[in-house]
Amino acid sequence: MTKNPNIVICAFGDVLRVPGSKVSPLEVKARGGDIRMVYSPLDALKIAQANPDKEIVFFAIGFETTAPSTALTILKAHASGVNNFSVFCNHVTIGPPLRSILENGELSLNGFIGPGHVSTVIGTRPYDFVAEEFNTPLVVSGFEPVDILESILMLVRMTNQGYAAIENQYVRAVARDGNPAAIGAMTEVFEERTSFEWRGLGFIDNSALRIKDKYDKFDAEAKFEMEEIKSPEPKGAICGSVLIGAKRPQECALLGVSCTPEHPIGALMVSSEGACAAYFTYIHRTKVKIGD
Amino acid sequence: MDKKITFRDPEILLAHGSGGRASRRLVEGLILAILGSEELEKLEDAATIKIGDEEVLVTTDSYVVHPRKFPGGSIGELSVNGTINDLAVSGAEPLGITLAFILEAGLKSEDLKEELEAIRSAARAVGVEVVAGDTKVVEHSKADGIFITSTGIGRRHPKANLSINRVVTGDRLLISGPVGDHGITVLLARGDLDLVSDKLRSDTRAVWPMVRSLLDNFGDSIKWMRDPTRGGLATTLNEFASASGMRVVMEEDSIVVHDEVRGACEILGLDPFHIANEGQFIAVLSEDIADSALELISCMNGGSEARLFGYVERDEIPIVLCRTSFGATRVLDTLSGDPLPRIC
Repeated sequence: MTKNPNIVICAFGDVLRVPGSKVSPLEVKARGGDIRMVYSPLDALKIAQANPDKEIVFFAIGFETTAPSTALTILKAHASGVNNFSVFCNHVTIGPPLRSILENGELSLNGFIGPGHVSTVIGTRPYDFVAEEFNTPLVVSGFEPVDILESILMLVRMTNQGYAAIENQYVRAVARDGNPAAIGAMTEVFEERTSFEWRGLGFIDNSALRIKDKYDKFDAEAKFEMEEIKSPEPKGAICGSVLIGAKRPQECALLGVSCTPEHPIGALMVSSEGACAAYFTYIHRTKVKIGD
Repeated sequence: MDKKITFRDPEILLAHGSGGRASRRLVEGLILAILGSEELEKLEDAATIKIGDEEVLVTTDSYVVHPRKFPGGSIGELSVNGTINDLAVSGAEPLGITLAFILEAGLKSEDLKEELEAIRSAARAVGVEVVAGDTKVVEHSKADGIFITSTGIGRRHPKANLSINRVVTGDRLLISGPVGDHGITVLLARGDLDLVSDKLRSDTRAVWPMVRSLLDNFGDSIKWMRDPTRGGLATTLNEFASASGMRVVMEEDSIVVHDEVRGACEILGLDPFHIANEGQFIAVLSEDIADSALELISCMNGGSEARLFGYVERDEIPIVLCRTSFGATRVLDTLSGDPLPRIC
């Protein structure tokens, strides 16, 4: 797609650093590919309206945090009748991978700190199965340091008192039923994909979203011919085991050798909050010793 | 951090111009490998050339900022101030600058005139003259309006004795003002984001008057200086740490970050300590004069937001540690990749 000079790809900044099957988007950009960083899918729509002779494709990624803004953008595109704008939808949902992680026999985990931003959209109800079916506590948490500390305290209390529930620490932003307007936009535009491949976790049923046929005019997969994308685990990497907590990042032979924040090989190295990026910064580089 | 850097990147990316890790790879792994000399390998902001007993300092820099004009300044002012500042933090009084212009066919003459006038007033402000220059014109779309390369020539301040080897455990860190204003101003001026600020201005200015007062008053006690431009404060401190073998410990709350910068960084996921500055310097100075030095700078024009923000100590692992407002310590790393290309 990037080889077509008429196509402009828009994506969030983080995405530009993620290695593709051959090169990263930033490398494509260096060779003259028209790849632009946007902070909102609505900016990509604006670029489409300002450049009617170009074909604008927004590379949509993220959990339910970013999916509503993509849905809203598609609804706006639909209303404005623009026909040079489409979305390559790679949105995923939080519930199925959480279930998949819980079903993994290797898992050794006492509880979850639930995602604050996702939960502002979906609420806390979709996590109920974590406590009910797997007897594991989950606390939806805010992002300030004191939020995280309080969430850990809430998990410790539940563990000590011997029960598992879904609790909400981030009450100032998260309602039990989430954000109905955001959910409404997602429901209008997206439907579940039957299956989606996750790096390190493999194929998980109903874990991602696709654009409904009703809006296929804005679906890049319908508009352009695309090869099937495979996402095998990089050779030597143990992303999957790290992802489920079965192994630690420093057990990976690639950490700090070929996989670094600047040249990430696994997903957990891409942004600073990823487990491997944090281990790299705080333990690998500073040579701090930690016990098991 | 001392291990030899090799450059294997197959092509030049914008990140190679960011001042961060990729730039270091390019400069040390490719340019020094081919062009390295004793003086060049010091990687100082300015080189020293001895002519008889006199020491002359020389620095050179290119300016490609986009957009050309932004609140608080323009490419013309930057090309003077940036070069004067490289001399200043090397302890040199500016004597003259040369300018080379690469102009794109189609540039409005009026726009060029404005930049020349900006250059004139920035140079006059520090009493320096443009002593030589060159102009080239390239085809339309082969450049972006105006690119400027400026070279500064200076004379060492008689009391300057700057050397990273003189830094000892306990030396303090001083910064001349707030961080992040320039980078965020330029980013917002591009108009790609729905973010505006009426108050925010680039901090572009010549820091020589402040540096001169520090040297006049405290001479030997000023050990090392640098202007935290591309890559921001964090990158400059990391360069200091790896070159000196010292650990830097800084207090996050001690540094002034304007609300607009903090807000934009929070929205965009950037760290203010990685954002470029064009009118600040940091100084490593003796503990005994640190408070007096801060008082001196604070009383000068434009010095009210100067702060002492940390100290250095010898350590096996020379990194930059940042104490946060809630008492945690985080590793402050060199900028990796480039959030905002063409900032100066």
